[in-house]
Amino acid sequence: MTKKVYLYKRFERFWHWSQTILIFALTFTGFEIHGVSNFIGYENAVVWHNNAAWAFIILIIFAIFWHLTTDEWRNYIPTVNNFKAQVNYYLTGIFRHAPHPTKKLTLSKLNPLQRLVYFGLKILLIPLMVASGLLYMYFHYPLQGIELDSLKYIAILHTLGAYLLISFVIIHLYLITTGRTLTSNLNAMITGWDEMEEDEIKGIVIEAVDGAGLRIRSEKGDEKSRAEVKSILVNALKETEYKVMEDDMEGQKKEIKRKK
Amino acid sequence: MEAVRRLLIIGFAVTLALLFFSFEDEDISSMQKNELKVLKVQNYVRKNDRNLTPSVDHSRFEVLKEPFASAHELTAACLSCHNGRAGEIMSTSHWKWEREEELEGKGVIPLGKKNILNNFCIGISGSEGTCTRCHIGYGWADKSFDFGDPTNIDCVVCHDLSGTYKKKKGGAGYPDESVDLNYVAQQVGSPKRENCGVCHFWGGGGNNVKHGDLEKAMIDCSREVDVHMTTEGENMSCVDCHVTDKHQMAGKLYALSSENINRATCEYCHTEKPHENSIINEHNLRVACQTCHIPIYAKATGTKMIWDWSTAGQLDENGHPKTEHDADGNHNYLSIKGNFVFNDHVIPEYYWFNGIANHQLITDKIETVPVQMNSLDGAYHDKGRFQKTNKPSKIWPVKVHRGKQIYDPVNNTLIQAKLWDQEPGNGAYWTDFDWNIAAQKGMDYLGLPYSGEYDFVETEMYWPLNHQVAPAANSLKCVDCHTRENGRLASLDDFYLPGRDYSVPVEAAGIIFILVSIFGIMLHTGCRILYNRSCFLQKLIDGGKKYDKKGIPVQEI
Repeated sequence: MTKKVYLYKRFERFWHWSQTILIFALTFTGFEIHGVSNFIGYENAVVWHNNAAWAFIILIIFAIFWHLTTDEWRNYIPTVNNFKAQVNYYLTGIFRHAPHPTKKLTLSKLNPLQRLVYFGLKILLIPLMVASGLLYMYFHYPLQGIELDSLKYIAILHTLGAYLLISFVIIHLYLITTGRTLTSNLNAMITGWDEMEEDEIKGIVIEAVDGAGLRIRSEKGDEKSRAEVKSILVNALKETEYKVMEDDMEGQKKEIKRKK
Repeated sequence: MEAVRRLLIIGFAVTLALLFFSFEDEDISSMQKNELKVLKVQNYVRKNDRNLTPSVDHSRFEVLKEPFASAHELTAACLSCHNGRAGEIMSTSHWKWEREEELEGKGVIPLGKKNILNNFCIGISGSEGTCTRCHIGYGWADKSFDFGDPTNIDCVVCHDLSGTYKKKKGGAGYPDESVDLNYVAQQVGSPKRENCGVCHFWGGGGNNVKHGDLEKAMIDCSREVDVHMTTEGENMSCVDCHVTDKHQMAGKLYALSSENINRATCEYCHTEKPHENSIINEHNLRVACQTCHIPIYAKATGTKMIWDWSTAGQLDENGHPKTEHDADGNHNYLSIKGNFVFNDHVIPEYYWFNGIANHQLITDKIETVPVQMNSLDGAYHDKGRFQKTNKPSKIWPVKVHRGKQIYDPVNNTLIQAKLWDQEPGNGAYWTDFDWNIAAQKGMDYLGLPYSGEYDFVETEMYWPLNHQVAPAANSLKCVDCHTRENGRLASLDDFYLPGRDYSVPVEAAGIIFILVSIFGIMLHTGCRILYNRSCFLQKLIDGGKKYDKKGIPVQEI
């Protein structure tokens, strides 16, 4: 029996969905500027593309700040653990309803393939788009002292990046459907609540105590002080157990209130 | 809680939408609505704010009531009060018909209407008697004209406000016998459009023939024809833009000029950043104002686009010169000049231009065909460290006049033929219709060699456009250039233009990425659907095994 865990925080979802809207807006206006379509007119397309670009840059700045301050950036460190299992899952396991090989944690929400792809997005593609976009906007005329020899290579790189992003979005949209049910991933990103197996939830609880920035140390590193830390932890966990049994945990209280 | 969450999402969407609309101020469509609002300009006093009353009434001067035995005496009368002005006039190119300018690769050469060749009536040498009807002097019939005699100046051709002054046809610049010089002399003042227009509208032998953007309609025209000169608006005269200091006029024409100096510019009044939209202002760094704001020229009268001299000389059955007209009433064929093609509402051609021009001199060998009578210098890469003048090259709208004219295939130079003479029998082509004699006479007059053989060669002449500025609503739109097919700048291919240009490999790769993604998804989806059902395909793949939720094959008992 699966349970739901509040995995995607409010800002995270705000960031994800505004990014969605902005990428769609940038794609739509971008291809208008590229001469492919003609819906809102070239001039409007330029104005909107530039405005959306600035909104995106501001959003990126907030997102970077959020990732750094919440340790969420750890989600994107590429790993080889489970890599092959994940590939095998998409190639065969998924067809016969095999379980997802990667268990989710708060700071390890992504499977190894996601980690690699999102890392590439954050380190290569988005910086490429922002940098080429800013050069496109500000340096194709001899304004700032630096002058591009030609807009050509900047514009072509920007276009290539756009095609890569579109391919990403297409695949991303499809992979939404590969959760436990067709819509469970979509629901999770809309509401923040993800469906989880019992052992995954256990992992998240342990992570909440063990990881996620909870670090305890004593002044001295000797046996005695380490034993003291241990006993503090054990006592705290006992007290937590008590609170759990009494429905006194904040999360539980919220859930009880919600159900009513 | 669920409701709160939904509210938050909607609130966020609305905020984002507001964020977008808040930037909309920059949109130019809102500017177009306000196009009739008063534009901010500098270096210009509007007519409403000017005192236009003349400082003196010339009709009360006794010296101008004395009968003048000749036009020279009229000039002497002018100069008796306006002392010192003769010196100013005699240093202008309006008087000298030449100015010393540097031509790239050719050095400093005195060049002007006096000695330059074009692909209209070729040049004045040998035909001065008729051409100098447009000179601000009296008596320039041949090389013996005295440029140092102040009484040879024709003051009134520019300053007559009576509208009765005119120069005699073939009269070497002297007034027509019908002109009452005293009447004219008493009604003088600052030049009006009619004064400038008598030569600058009618150059090349007819209204709007040469420039394409200067014609008599501009004496009284609508906003659509010329937003500056329109009588519906500011009603500006030529000298409002071509501001004059000591008779030196700002502005020049690159049919004759060569250096990037003394230009009359839009920016002088409108500044370099006249638009509310900064992206459009940025365009001014590489795009001349004229490019967007003169979307078409020859708006009221056709202008000559092609002149083929090689067909000249066909006479009718009685041996008389012929005249044929096209459907619009423009000359189509003249025996003295050959065939023409006129066009109106012409879309300009576009070239990079940095203010430097070069010219095919009569002594220059022909190196390219079509011969470039004047070439406009410039390229996309004429910028930054490669910049040749004070500004990078800009895209400029140009009238290109294409011709076919006489040249010497042995000496490989253009020929200045003698075209006009008062009397037949003196070798002028327009009276005698013999190219060989006309060429010999013309080249002899200049002291230049003529081999005795002639032929006709294609030529091109470039006339940058500056007039007939359209109202803002009619100016070019972004998409007129930023478009894949048939844009205005389709021929300017030495740079990347957004909306027009793309890299074929990148477009191909992009489409392949997308197709591969979609194909992969379809394949994957297909497999998922197939495995969910018990069908022959599944049997084909794995023998029709059944799996439990954990993906372990179910043992069939």
